[in-house]
Amino acid sequence: MSVQVWTYLLVGITFTLYIGIAIWSRAGSTTEFYIAGGGVSPLANGMATAADWMSAASFISMAGIIAFSGYDGSVYLMGWTGGYVLLALLLAPYLRKFGKFTVPDFIGERYYSKTARIVAVCCALIVSFTYVAGQMRGVGVVFSRFLQVDINTGVIIGMVIVLFYAVLGGMKGITYTQVAQYCVLIFAFMVPAIFISLQMTGNPIPQLGMGATINDGSGTFLLDRLNGLSTELGFAAYTDGAKDMIDVFAITLALMVGTAGLPHVIVRFFTVKRVKDARKSAGIALLLIAILYTTAPAVAVFAKTNLLNTVSNQEYSHMPKWFKNWEDTGLLLFEDKNQDGIIQYVADNSKNELTVDNDIMVLANPEIANLPAWVIALVAAGGLAAALSTAAGLLLVISSSVSHDLIKNVFNPNISEKGELWAARIAATLAVIVAGYFGIHPPGFVAAVVALAFGLAAASFFPAIILGIFYKKMNKEGAVSGMIVGIGLMLYYMAKFKLGWLGEIPDKSEWWFGISPEGFGSVAMVVNFIVALIISRFTPQPPLQVQEIVENIRIPSGAENAKMH
Amino acid sequence: MSDQQKKATAYWKENIRYVLVLLAIWFAVSFGAGILLKDALNNFRIGGFQLGFWFAQQGAIYVFVVLIFVYVRLMNKLDKKYGYNE
Repeated sequence: MSVQVWTYLLVGITFTLYIGIAIWSRAGSTTEFYIAGGGVSPLANGMATAADWMSAASFISMAGIIAFSGYDGSVYLMGWTGGYVLLALLLAPYLRKFGKFTVPDFIGERYYSKTARIVAVCCALIVSFTYVAGQMRGVGVVFSRFLQVDINTGVIIGMVIVLFYAVLGGMKGITYTQVAQYCVLIFAFMVPAIFISLQMTGNPIPQLGMGATINDGSGTFLLDRLNGLSTELGFAAYTDGAKDMIDVFAITLALMVGTAGLPHVIVRFFTVKRVKDARKSAGIALLLIAILYTTAPAVAVFAKTNLLNTVSNQEYSHMPKWFKNWEDTGLLLFEDKNQDGIIQYVADNSKNELTVDNDIMVLANPEIANLPAWVIALVAAGGLAAALSTAAGLLLVISSSVSHDLIKNVFNPNISEKGELWAARIAATLAVIVAGYFGIHPPGFVAAVVALAFGLAAASFFPAIILGIFYKKMNKEGAVSGMIVGIGLMLYYMAKFKLGWLGEIPDKSEWWFGISPEGFGSVAMVVNFIVALIISRFTPQPPLQVQEIVENIRIPSGAENAKMH
Repeated sequence: MSDQQKKATAYWKENIRYVLVLLAIWFAVSFGAGILLKDALNNFRIGGFQLGFWFAQQGAIYVFVVLIFVYVRLMNKLDKKYGYNE
């Protein structure tokens, strides 16, 4: 069977599975719609969290980014996993005990103020929308390459599927579909990785193969070979990287804290039964995520070595079929600058003739390594599972922010349960349409902003939640001004140094403290903390019953009662 | 202060101690070994890996997973000790 047939088959089967699960587990009440009824087991919740978390970016782009940035790619590996330690130790158990539906719920009640709630809703919407647009784009890319439809049709198909199970199933439907999607995506990621590791090093475990010797009889370590190839072509050694240490530090911190502050991740821990389960499911989620995250750097090393071996200084006319396939998508560009018919892939921009998009490293990897057709098709199904599961989780946050936080708690507190459920469904539908629109017409800044969603989450939510739990005397004045200053500062820095909305983008040398916009979330977070602490000193203490709430969430027992409010 | 409150305060103190110790390890393996001390550690090797590079792309992640499960165990024990388990 050809790749094409396999792809239709695997994508068809997995989509039917997702839709079947969504129908079987559709939501009948707001509790089910927002938090899946609160009775999800830690294992299922861990799997759902992992699928929710690992987006098209983790599945498709990350290994590619690492392949082209070497050591610098570590910021994503440590940043997107280390955040779970913060989540498990500092946030999940307490938010579960608090027992409401959303993050703005917590902020609104803990800081006894509508203003705080509205500020939190705005932050949640900004973060989630920037993130979801990137996912829809990822769906489009996979469809266009593997199913030979154009990107826009791909985005629309993706929209319809997500719409179907997010709107119908709510959190309950999403949770169980994500369990299935986790299985699909991890299988799809591991199979080619194991194949390639065996091929290149003879070791079936990619994490070990990465540090093993190449099995061409030379006895050279793979990483040493790759370092050699890279420096020969004028690139930095693979294991060294090119970023300043302070920037690596700041980006890693911003991604960790941002992960812990992302509303669609936090809300997951509202769905389990007991505080104990919240801790445990954070551990399971990270374990399941770590399987992919420790394999990705290995895939990066294999793919980069393979790519250099296949294309560097080879004749263009001898390129294999996959080369042509990917040239057609525009993700691979060859421009014969010196007209010698040979591909020069070098660091020097004026002589370099090959441009490789990050995204194709994972998608093209099985083809580059000559793996069987079903493996190539599997990668397509996995990429779609990753993109759809994350998009669905984000859409739910958006719809609950609108229906629960805005309509129910701010504009119309008397709305009936049924009315709220309808509002949630309508909001989800509108959110899908907006996200789809961004997927089809990506404003130039979307790609740039997705990475910054973490900075925004770090600069806004994280300090407010941490102080809300660990500092009883934190009051609304402090928390609200901290959030506003934090997110404002981050938006300003983004606008100035990344998006160029305030005149020309200044040179790197003008970065504050040498920290890039991607890492600036950690600075804005620190500022948020400082502002909140100072302001709270000069303003009235929070009321006694709020201080009692804080004492109460610190004790793990009795979480089940707290849910019914 | 009532007995109930005393118990809660003692529980919270022990919890905070665990969290601080675990976060110190969290910081040491990622920001320490993977970033700040990376160049020094790269002089050592395990197999084909330079040690600092290994921490940054593999080791730190393994430790993170272990840290959370250690915390889960410690807290389950602590909950039992104070009668907060259910």
